[in-house]
Amino acid sequence: MAFYIARRLLLALPALLGLVFLTFVLSRVIPGDPAATLAGDAATPAQLAEIRAQYGLDRPILEQAVIHVRQVLTGDFGRSVFSGRPVAEEIAQRLPATLELTFAALLLSTLLGVPLGLVAALNHNGPVDHLVRVLSVGGLAMASFWLAIMLQLFFSMELDILPLRGRVDVEIGMPPLRTGLVLLDSLLAGRGDIFVDGALHLVLPAVTLCLPGLATIARFTRSGVLETLQKDFVLYARAAGYGRVRLAAIYVLRNAVNMVVTQIGLLFGALISGAVAVEAIFDWPGLGTYAVQAILSADYKALLAVTLVVGVVYAVVNVLVDVAQALIDPRVAEDAR
Amino acid sequence: MTALRHIFRDPVAAFGLLVVLFAVFVAIFAPWLAPYPDDAFESHLLQRLRPPSMEFPFGTDNLGRDILSRVILGTRNALVVAVSVVLASMLIGVPLGLAAGWKEGWMSEVLMRVTDVFLAVPQLILALALGQLIAPGIGAAMVALALTYWPFFARTVFAETRRLRGALFVDALAGIGASPARILFLHVLPNAAPAILVRATIGMGFTILTAAILGFLGVGAAPPSPDWGLAVSEARQHLPEAWWFPTFPGLAILLLVLGFNLLGDGLRDAADPRLRRSRR
Repeated sequence: MAFYIARRLLLALPALLGLVFLTFVLSRVIPGDPAATLAGDAATPAQLAEIRAQYGLDRPILEQAVIHVRQVLTGDFGRSVFSGRPVAEEIAQRLPATLELTFAALLLSTLLGVPLGLVAALNHNGPVDHLVRVLSVGGLAMASFWLAIMLQLFFSMELDILPLRGRVDVEIGMPPLRTGLVLLDSLLAGRGDIFVDGALHLVLPAVTLCLPGLATIARFTRSGVLETLQKDFVLYARAAGYGRVRLAAIYVLRNAVNMVVTQIGLLFGALISGAVAVEAIFDWPGLGTYAVQAILSADYKALLAVTLVVGVVYAVVNVLVDVAQALIDPRVAEDAR
Repeated sequence: MTALRHIFRDPVAAFGLLVVLFAVFVAIFAPWLAPYPDDAFESHLLQRLRPPSMEFPFGTDNLGRDILSRVILGTRNALVVAVSVVLASMLIGVPLGLAAGWKEGWMSEVLMRVTDVFLAVPQLILALALGQLIAPGIGAAMVALALTYWPFFARTVFAETRRLRGALFVDALAGIGASPARILFLHVLPNAAPAILVRATIGMGFTILTAAILGFLGVGAAPPSPDWGLAVSEARQHLPEAWWFPTFPGLAILLLVLGFNLLGDGLRDAADPRLRRSRR
C-alpha cells in the first residue's frame, strides 16, 4: 500500500511539471503585448522599453523560461499587469471566496443527492427511479450560466426575496478578516446579522453550482445501493427480519458510500469549471471572476497563475481519490503494479 | 442492430435519440424552417424586445430579431462546432491510445503522461486559457476544445487496447502471422468501437455545453452569430423586462445536451449490459 501511494504521488509530479512547462509555452504564444497594456495607449517607446525591462519581457526566451520555473516553484507568479499587485497575493485573497462557494455547493449536493439516490434505488424501475434518472442526467445537461440567470430573474428580480449579487450587502459590510470565509468570520466576530446576510447571498450561487454534483452523487448512490442490495449479507439480514428501510438506510448505505466518496473528489473539476461562470454572474469575488477579468484585460500572468493553482489543487485531490480507492479496494493497488 | 433494438426498448434512451435526430433535422433544414431566416444578421430596430406572440412565438431580441429563427439557425452552429471538435479529438486521441495501449515501454508511458498534463486542469479552464491565447473567436475556441478533449479518447482507446491485447483471438492472429498494424486497425479498433462511440456521444453533449459557456464568457462565437450561449449573454442587460430573451436559447442548450447525454447513457448500456445504466 505504501508503495502504491508513493508511486501515485510520483506520477502526479510530472503532470504538474508538464503544466508549468505548458503554461510557459502559452505565455510565449500570447498575441497581445502585455507591456503595451500596462503602459496604456499614450506610452512612448522609451516607456515601453522601461516596462519591458522592469518585467523581464526583454530577456532571451530560455532565460525567461528558467526564471519562470524558478519563480513558480517558489510561489511567485509575478505582478498583475492589470492591477500592478503581486498575483500570488491577489489569488490568496480570492481563494477563500471560491472555497466557501464550492464547499457550500458540495455540501448541498451531498445532502440532497444521497437521499435522492437511496429513494430511487429502493423504488428500482418505479416512477421515482425514472424521475431521478432524468434529473441526474438533466442536472449535468443544464448550462450553469443559464440556470444562474433564470434563478436571478425569478428570485431576485421578480420575487425580490434573495440578493442579486455579491457576498454581503454593502451597507452591512464584510466581517473582520480572519479566515476569509464570510460565514465563519461573522460567527467568530459574533455578528449574527452578517452571517444571515452572507448566507442569503450564498443561496443562489450555491444552488446553481450544486446541480452537477447533485446529479452525479444521486446517480452513484443509486447504483451503489442497487449493487449492495444484491449481496448475500442483505439477503441474510432480510431473512433475519430486518426492516427494509432500516436495512437500506444503515447497512446498505454504509456499503454504498465508498463509491460516492470517490465521486466527490472527482467532482472538484466540475465545481471549479462551474464556478467561473457562476461567479461572473453573481459578482462573487473569487478565482472565477479573477480568471474572467484576466482574460478581458489580457493579463496573462494572472490567467496562467489561476490555471496552475487550479491544476495543483486538482492534482492533490486526484491523488487523494486514488489513494482512497486503493484503501477501499486493495485490488486497485494490486492492479497498478 | 441489437444496440438499436436496445435503445428502442429503453424509453429514456429512445427519447434522447429522438431529440438528437430532431436537432439534426432542424440543423439541416434551418433556413427553410426558420420563419425569418434573414434574422441571423439583419436587425429591425422598430420591433425591439417584443414579448412572445403569434408573430414571434419566442419574442424578439435587443435588435428586433426573431428569437425562434435565431434558435433554429443556432442549432446548426452548435452541431457543427460539436461534431468538428469531437471528430478532431478522435483523430488525435484514437491513434495515440492504440499506440500507447499496444506496446508497454517508455513511449506508452510518455504518451499517457502527456494525457495527464492535459487532464491536470478542468477542461473549461484549459479551453479558456488556450482559446484566449490562440485568438478570440469561434475557430480558436474549437481548436482549444479539441485540444482539451482528445485525452479522453486516448484514455478510452488505451484501456480497450490493453484489455483486447491479451485476448485469445489476438494471440491467434499473431500466431498465423498477421502484422501488428493489421491486428490493431482491423481487429482491435472494431472491438473498441462501441466504447469510442459512447465516449463520442457523451463528448457531443460536453462540447455543446462548454462551447456555450465559452460563447457566454465572450471567448467563443462573436456577434451577430446566432450562438445560444452568446444570446444568453446579450440578454443579461435587458433583464428583468425581456425574460423570453435568455429563456429560449437556454432551453435549446438544455434539450440538446440532455438528448446526447441520454443517448450516450443508453448506448453505454447497449454496449456493455454488465455496467447497467447506473454506472459511468
